[in-house]
Order: sequence, then C-alpha cells, then structure tokens
Amino acid sequence: MADKITVGYTHLSGCTGCTVALADNYAGLLTLLDKYVDLKYMPTLADARHIQKVDVSFVEGSVCINDKLAVAEIKETREKSAVVVALGGCACYGNITRFSRGGQQNQPAHEAYLPIGDLIKVDVYIPGCAPTPQLIRNVAVMAYLLLKGDKNQKDLATAYLKPLMMAADKGTSACFCDLMTNVINQGLCMGCGACAAACPVNAITHEYGKPQGERDLCIKCGACYNQCPRSWFSFDVVSNYEAINEAIMAALQ
Amino acid sequence: MKVIEMGAELGIYKSCVSARSTDKELLKHAQDGGIVSTLFAYALDEGIIDGAIVAASKEFAKANPSKIMLDNSNWDMIEPWRPIPAIVNTKAELLAAAGTKYNISPNVSLLKEATRSFGLDKIGIVGTPCQMQAVRKAQLYPVGMRDVGASIALAVGIFCMENFPYQSILQLVEDHAAMKMESVKKMEIGKGKFWVYGKRGQVVQLPLKVTHKYEQPGCHVCLDYVANLGDISTGSVGSPDGWSTVFVRSKIGDSVWAKAMAAGCFETQAIEKVKPGLELVSKLANEKISKNKKTLEERATFGVGKALRNPYI
Repeated sequence: MADKITVGYTHLSGCTGCTVALADNYAGLLTLLDKYVDLKYMPTLADARHIQKVDVSFVEGSVCINDKLAVAEIKETREKSAVVVALGGCACYGNITRFSRGGQQNQPAHEAYLPIGDLIKVDVYIPGCAPTPQLIRNVAVMAYLLLKGDKNQKDLATAYLKPLMMAADKGTSACFCDLMTNVINQGLCMGCGACAAACPVNAITHEYGKPQGERDLCIKCGACYNQCPRSWFSFDVVSNYEAINEAIMAALQ
Repeated sequence: MKVIEMGAELGIYKSCVSARSTDKELLKHAQDGGIVSTLFAYALDEGIIDGAIVAASKEFAKANPSKIMLDNSNWDMIEPWRPIPAIVNTKAELLAAAGTKYNISPNVSLLKEATRSFGLDKIGIVGTPCQMQAVRKAQLYPVGMRDVGASIALAVGIFCMENFPYQSILQLVEDHAAMKMESVKKMEIGKGKFWVYGKRGQVVQLPLKVTHKYEQPGCHVCLDYVANLGDISTGSVGSPDGWSTVFVRSKIGDSVWAKAMAAGCFETQAIEKVKPGLELVSKLANEKISKNKKTLEERATFGVGKALRNPYI
C-alpha cells in the first residue's frame, strides 16, 4: 500500500464518458488499483467523493463558471494535488461544452464553461473524446513510474509524459483548424491519415492526400491534432515503442 | 530535438537480406521483388492478419466498393493513378491493389475503421516511413485510436525519399513525360531517374532534377528513409533489378519473416553479396537525413526572429 501513488478523480461538466473509458480497462483497471494506485476519491467508482490530498488528480469535464461549487472544486483539486491531469476533451479544450449557450434544464443560467486550464495550472493533458482506455492506462503507469520508479523508469516516464505536458502548456483551445494552421500551413503535413482515423465524429476525410474538415461537425476535442505525427513527435520515445509497449503490458499482468 | 546520429541511418534491425518472391504469378503484379504482397498474402493465408490496409486504385475501388471508405460514388470523378486506401482480405484483392502509386495515400486513415466496420482483429498495414511513425505514435499515444494499437499485427514500411501530391504526378506524367495518365502501366524511381512505362511499351525517363520541385513539402522534414519503425521494411534500393532489400526489425517482424521463409515464400541472397548493396542504401539514407536536417535548421531561423514549427521534441 505504501508504494502506491494516491489518485483522485474530480468530475466537473463532463458526460462520464471519461469515467467509462477508464473503467473500460477492465482487468487492467483492477491491476492498476491492486498494485499501483490508491484511489482516494472518485464519484461513480469510489465511496469517497470529496477532494483529498493526493499525488495525482484526474479531472473530467470543463468548469461551469456560473456554478460556485464547480469553481471551488477545481481550485481545491489544484491546491490538494501534486499533479493535475486534464482527462478528456472537455477538461483540456472545452470540447462540446464550448458550444453551450445555457438555457438547459434544470440550470438554465449555467451557460459559461471553460477548460480547466483557464482557471488553474494543468500539468498533463490526456485529450480525446472519449480519451482512450489505453492512453489513460499508459499515463497512469507512467505517473507511477515517475513518482515511485528507479532512475531509468523516471527517465522513461519523463520522456513519455513530456509531450502531454507540453500540450498542457500550449493552451486550452482545439479545433480541426489546428491541422490547417499548425500542420498544413507550416508545411508539415505528409498525408498519413492519422487525423481522420482519430476524429471521433468522422469530420475529417482526405482530398488528394490532405485532410479536409467538415468544420460544422468538429466538436473541438483536439484528437486530430494530438494524434498527428507532425504535431509532436519524440524519436526518443516512439523509437522504443516495442520495449515501452511490452513494459506497460508486463506492468499490468 | 533528438539528433539522428550518422550510422543510425538504417535504423535498428535484426537481419537484412536481398529477397524476391517465389510466387511467379504475384511477381507480375509487383513493383520490385513482391515483398509486401507476398508477406501479406502469406499472413492472410496463415491467419497472422485478417486483412490489410493498402493503397488501391480506382479500378479496385469500383469493383470492391465495400472495401473502401469513400463517399464519392461518381467514379468518373476519380482519376487514374489516384491511390485509395482500401482493406483487402484475400490474395486476389491484394494482387488487384498491388504496385507503387507514387502519390499520397492516407492509409492510416483506415486504421481505426479497420477494427470497426471492417471487423479486423489483426491488421496488416503498409506505408511510408512517416506512416509507420503515425502507426507507432497511435500505439504509444492513442489519443483517438481506442482499441487499435494491439490489433496491429504486421506493419510493413517501404523505403521513401519523398512523395508527391497527385497533381504533381499528373504534371510529371502529362506535361514532362507527355503521356496520358490512363495509358501508364507503371511508374518507378530508380537509378537517379523517374521512369514512366506506358501500356503500349513506351518508356519515358525524367531526371530527378525535374521532379524535385513537385515533391510534397511535408517530406522535407522527414528524417527516415528506410522505415525504421516498420516491423519489416523493404524497398528496391540496394538490391539487383527485380529484387528488394528487406530489413527485419521487430519481434513481430522476425517471427513473420522466419515463418514466411520456412514456408518458401521468398528466395534470398546475402545482402553483402549483392550489388549495389547496403552501401547505396546508407548513402541515400544519409543524403535524405542530411538534406532534411538542413531544412529543419533553416526553418528555425526562417523569418526575422520567427521560426517555423519543429514537430520533433
């Protein structure tokens, strides 16, 4: 027990899809909880629901700034966590909650939603709508190695998490347009197709080998840009894909 | 940014040979030694993969509309030699799709859908070095690729100096080589030339000096010539005509290659014994890497106190 990292899960304005994605690790989740993670609080999956002092907090959902409780919770999460991970498109970039204009029952005055990075400093992003069980798992294992591992494991975890930390530094807005402004306009697109595969709403097709976005369909989750090998790419990490995949799978046995 | 050291230009590999398919029928459809087609045909037969993502043609797509993801049903709008990513499940389909198209085929775009509506549990995928990078990033950082990574059963990379937009190929073939796209039987880059072979037997060669300006700009920051991240990677360079150079890189690649060899799928020669051999592969790889590292350096000081973005961290 002493060797586990303590983890919390704060649930703001999100659809619980991120929670389900975490749970969809099935046996892997049980291994995580057995060996590596002491889950201190989490609505839905744990008895304790109130925010406590932890090593790592995962935050699902954006913050409704018209909701005092939500604002207090995100601030408390920051104060009580060594590392804050924005889990999923809403926490990272606002995602579908960017389109809110209020008026919904039973809180019609709840109209303004912000990604958590607009209110607190966020350390790591796990983008995606929903984020994948595999990326959540990888980040959880790497967070454990970072805090409890030996020097080599810490180095590996640092290298692995670095691009997700850089994504957290980069900002709180995302759109298909990022592919245009930061990849194609920068002369970096080579037409691999990863963006189209990553898009959860099939808003991206390819015309003559370059991404074509149906921008009205885009939910601003950031999956396309972050999946693009020309958004960020670490030779150090990706060249060792075989060893890293094996290490993660072995850790979850 | 991680600098690729000289000497690492061929990537990590367990073995390297010069190889050719023993399937004479298949070789008629193949670009060089028929390595990709033979590997996938064998892997399909043995159940190592249950389908493969390949770059097919309009003819293939028209005959097999359920194997592609394309809304456009107006086939007259799709040009000859435009690659269309497709899923093949049989050797016949594989052969119908074989051959290098020399323009961009976003094969990775089918990677997730392959496991969904196409129902694959064990995916084969062929692609350029950058596409192998996309595949491995998708495995390590699956942002939008749920349940995909573990389904990738065989990723075959092809050597690549650069790729072309479709319209570039159109211009090279129709303007420079003065041939109609639909009359072209095969395109090839080799021996320092771009070759266009017509269906009636005519051959036109263009010096690469002519083709350079038509290259896809995104290729100019690529630091991988021999698909370092494929399970197996292959290309014609280094081997005699009709043969291909093959690097076996990962555990998966090693296992599949050993089984395919044991099954008699390939004849091989020691790479040390063939001309021009690995020396030429190294030379071209180093040329590509040096040239593109220079491009990356120039991008860092491109404007006045303003840099173009570097994708590598």
